[in-house]
Amino acid sequence: MLTAVEPTKKVAFNVEEVRKDFPILKQKVYGKPLIYLDNAATSQKPLVMINALTDYYAEYNANIHRGVHYLSQKASQAYDDVRVKLQHFINASSEREIVFTRGTTESINLVAYSFGRKFINKGDEILISAMEHHSNIVPWQLMCEDRGAILKVIPMNDKGELLMDEYIKLLTPKTKLVAVVHTSNSLGTINPVKEMIKLAHERNIKFLVDAAQAIAHEPLDVQDLDCDFLAFSGHKMFGPTGIGVLYGKLSLLEEMPPYQGGGDMIHSVSFEKTTYNEVPFKFEAGTPNVADVIALSASIDYMYAMDRTAAANHEVLLLKYAIEQLSTISEVKLIGTAEHKTSVVSFIIDRVNALDAGMYLDTLGIAVRTGHHCTEPVMTRLGIAGTIRASFLFYNTFSEIDALVNGVKGAIKLLKR
Amino acid sequence: MITQMPDIKAVEKEIVEEFELFDDWADKYQYIIELGQKLPALDDKYKIDANRIKGCQSSVWLNCFEKEGHIYFEADSDSTFVKGEIALLIRVLNGQRPENIISSQLEFIDVIGLRQHVAVSRANGLASMIKQMKLYAVAFQSRI
Repeated sequence: MLTAVEPTKKVAFNVEEVRKDFPILKQKVYGKPLIYLDNAATSQKPLVMINALTDYYAEYNANIHRGVHYLSQKASQAYDDVRVKLQHFINASSEREIVFTRGTTESINLVAYSFGRKFINKGDEILISAMEHHSNIVPWQLMCEDRGAILKVIPMNDKGELLMDEYIKLLTPKTKLVAVVHTSNSLGTINPVKEMIKLAHERNIKFLVDAAQAIAHEPLDVQDLDCDFLAFSGHKMFGPTGIGVLYGKLSLLEEMPPYQGGGDMIHSVSFEKTTYNEVPFKFEAGTPNVADVIALSASIDYMYAMDRTAAANHEVLLLKYAIEQLSTISEVKLIGTAEHKTSVVSFIIDRVNALDAGMYLDTLGIAVRTGHHCTEPVMTRLGIAGTIRASFLFYNTFSEIDALVNGVKGAIKLLKR
Repeated sequence: MITQMPDIKAVEKEIVEEFELFDDWADKYQYIIELGQKLPALDDKYKIDANRIKGCQSSVWLNCFEKEGHIYFEADSDSTFVKGEIALLIRVLNGQRPENIISSQLEFIDVIGLRQHVAVSRANGLASMIKQMKLYAVAFQSRI
């Protein structure tokens, strides 16, 4: 039923065929075909994932790791297999380095809390970047407040690229951890994390990668990156909401104290002294999210079964086409023009409010995101209130980008002040 | 001399009837945009932080004054759509007595389908606008 190894069957990439795997893409909104360009917020779901979720509830729902009965053993086995599958998916050296969380946000909060309690003292420095999502800012602010540490920020240029010279200067003997986004959700910038990790490690500084945006677009190899922590969410990689992963190097996870207390994370409990379970269970208090873990496994199988290189290539072509087409509209200004970027196009329209434009596009059945995209400091840095963001995945088409471009033209005609 | 304003429910009914003419959300959206475009801009002297209601994606400046026991609103926003929403609220609540504003249910927002499109999203500060209008009414009521 669930396999822990990469299936070898590869299917040639064909966007019209691929779209059939995602039931939601067939629907109409306001009588118009749905054009879903909000993939950076969440990806849509293949039928195989949806089926895996319902099959679990319909056929083998049980609490895991304690039951002696058939269903519990079946569910436990399925759940435990996914940890191994995820280990291979990101090439971790042990399944014990995979901690299940609610999502990227909880993964980062876990590190901020547990790593902070163990390793961070007054006057220590945590380094993040100017393009972080709020979920990679606020946990560190909370931790710094708690531990008396100082949060420092790597600046970026107007194109949305981190300034590497400044980064190197900010790595000081006081720096204990760098936490940087792999791929920016609001600008699309792909940061040179491998190089950044090397620079940090040369100074004996730990490094966390926020891979929430990257995970659906490219294969990640934690041993090649050599990151100490890597965080991502299931829902952005064709999986269900409410499940995420924290990868951590085993030696670090073993040194860190638990995050939450409860069932499953303990070895033995008495009122005098409780001892904790081993990693990763030490970090997984309470009944885990069995259903979503199992469904996430189906999403990974789905990704393995497709030609990921061809899919990634299609996304590059979509990005290139969208940039070309939007650039023909004189009122449009692209925001985030890094040399190395993923299939996210953020833009503003001269004298058209982003919210108004987003709502107009919605009336055409086009789903985009507007606003600051939970990266308020990025918008402040660039001196804008927010952007309109279209983000693509391999199931998007060139004609959908044509519809977006026509929609933007319509918005300008109706809304330009 | 203050002219007698029609009651809140009657204005709401008028708005609901207007919106019944539209078949779909696109037409309603365009109509609200038109209302926003027609709403006079607020004098810059009122566009101050004290009058600002900050939504997640738009800002509203709401000014309020009282005349012979009746309350009047004027407002502006960086979003034309939000201005259109304000235009509807102003049409319903302007010139009313504080107690009527406080007790108003503003059911038309549901009936015309606006709540379904904006209220569930934090993007749009409609709920905050209504709250602020009612708070002004409460403040004036205690003064009148």
